[in-house]
Amino acid sequence: MNILVVTEQRQGKWNPVSLETLSAAQQIAAQTQSKLAALVIGQGLRPLAEELAAYQTGEVLLVEHALLENYTPDGFTIALSQVIAQAKPDLILFPHTYQVRDFAPQLAASLGKGMIGDCVGYRQENSRLIFVRQMFQGKTAADVSFAGTAPWFASFQAGAFRGDQAARGASPAPIRAVSVELQPRQIRTQPLELFREAKQAVDLTQAPLLVAIGRGIKAPENIPMAEKLAKLLGAELAASRPICDEGWLPMDRQIGSSGQTVAPKLYLALGISGAIQHVVGMKGSRTIAAINKDPNAPIFEVADYGIVGDIFELIPALIDELEKSKPA
Amino acid sequence: MKIAVCIKQVPAKDAPLRIADPPVWIRETDIGFEMNEPDSFALEESLRLKEKHGGEVLVVSMGPERAKQTIKEALAKGADRGIHVTDDKFFLLDPLTSAKSLAAVLRKESPDLIFTGLQSDDHGFGQTGVLLAELLGLPHATIIMQIEVQEGRLKVKRELEAGWFQWVGLPLPAVLTIQSGINKVRYASLKGIMAAKKKEIVTISRDSLGVVQEPTERIERIYVPQKTKKTEFITGSPKEAAAKLLEKLRHEARVL
Repeated sequence: MNILVVTEQRQGKWNPVSLETLSAAQQIAAQTQSKLAALVIGQGLRPLAEELAAYQTGEVLLVEHALLENYTPDGFTIALSQVIAQAKPDLILFPHTYQVRDFAPQLAASLGKGMIGDCVGYRQENSRLIFVRQMFQGKTAADVSFAGTAPWFASFQAGAFRGDQAARGASPAPIRAVSVELQPRQIRTQPLELFREAKQAVDLTQAPLLVAIGRGIKAPENIPMAEKLAKLLGAELAASRPICDEGWLPMDRQIGSSGQTVAPKLYLALGISGAIQHVVGMKGSRTIAAINKDPNAPIFEVADYGIVGDIFELIPALIDELEKSKPA
Repeated sequence: MKIAVCIKQVPAKDAPLRIADPPVWIRETDIGFEMNEPDSFALEESLRLKEKHGGEVLVVSMGPERAKQTIKEALAKGADRGIHVTDDKFFLLDPLTSAKSLAAVLRKESPDLIFTGLQSDDHGFGQTGVLLAELLGLPHATIIMQIEVQEGRLKVKRELEAGWFQWVGLPLPAVLTIQSGINKVRYASLKGIMAAKKKEIVTISRDSLGVVQEPTERIERIYVPQKTKKTEFITGSPKEAAAKLLEKLRHEARVL
């Protein structure tokens, strides 16, 4: 089998899930005796291609074009379908990023193929590859296999593999420039200004202790209770996306794929079910404690300590205990 | 402007899920269903655009008979008409076949804009919008947080990761996938609920669409995921559990 990893960069910097996916691809290649190639796409990316060549890979494909400097789904789809026609990979692996979500299904469908997206793992079963992904917001896992003929497309979720475990090669891999043809008229969308929202008032990535609230908090009137607990613990208050969507807390307090990724000493999750978009942002925390009324909530899959119960009873109880133990 | 919104009915957020036999879906008896949350934001955005620019909002939903309730809810909120693509075994479809089925319906409607939520809370494939664009030959943009219509073109705010955003310009017709939180979703008014009774829902069986089913992928089985960590569950009254948790965090995990 030939495996191709499509890496992602923005403005010359790796999206870290790229290296995680490379690590996954190296493992799959070793187990299936496959040839591996890693691809970098954009413009002016030779330095990144050289960085990639230091990793264990059969070769590095460098796909450059002036029209690829700024990402567009049409540009990437057209360019990559030309690369696929030339390089003939059987399995094409992507990091599951917002950008990949934007173009990879288009690329696969343009070739009449399917994509298994957002995978958290894989295994080999009777010489077949099974991809594991989550369903029902993480409440169930699913084993998914490809039907039909190659090429097959799959993407791996952030944190599914360790980027720092991507193997380095004994000597640099050869870099092969693959030329693609693109015309401005083929690109229908026009990428405009790239920006961050107003300055962040708080940097949660630096907070050693976080108290995070989710849908279970039910109403904005209940937030002061969680704030009080955070204050007693010396923690910052964080939240899952729905809380910030409701405007109950500002966006800079949001943890998860669309917010901050944090790894504090303690992450205390209150009324957070643990949908995968949230968990990717906090599963690296040293200690995770979770309180949720649903014993099957996926948050308990990553928690070190769990209490199945009502946060409206447990938050006051925690506050009482902390006030009791506070030095007078 | 004619806007088509694809909405899906999914198990209610707090529904206790039990795995069916064969284990490729869940047991549907005894659980509630609701409109997929990202789709409700997409619907709201379509209603706001209609209120601003005029036109029509068409909702399309694929699923078993129960999905009709979600179409009715959309009509009560202000959508003008609905199309229900019926398939009791919709959960066996791969993302491409699902999208081909919806595309077959949408092609006949030629809307100016097609909205989907960014992903569904059940399968969570997150591909339908992008696939519809490819199948219908339309440009697209995904994970949208703001939409401006200017002289027959769109300017949309795409959410990227880690707090980044990008404005993207694109011509109409187009497909957009809508991010949760783009707006505040309205409730259906009593007047809306009454008005919905007179609105049309066309039912089309998916089989009659003539979509060739060549699955590209297959869900072999679903199951409760294995824990990656051993969770120590703390029991007792709230007071006892709180004290025990703090004790563990102080002296065992040593994080306080």
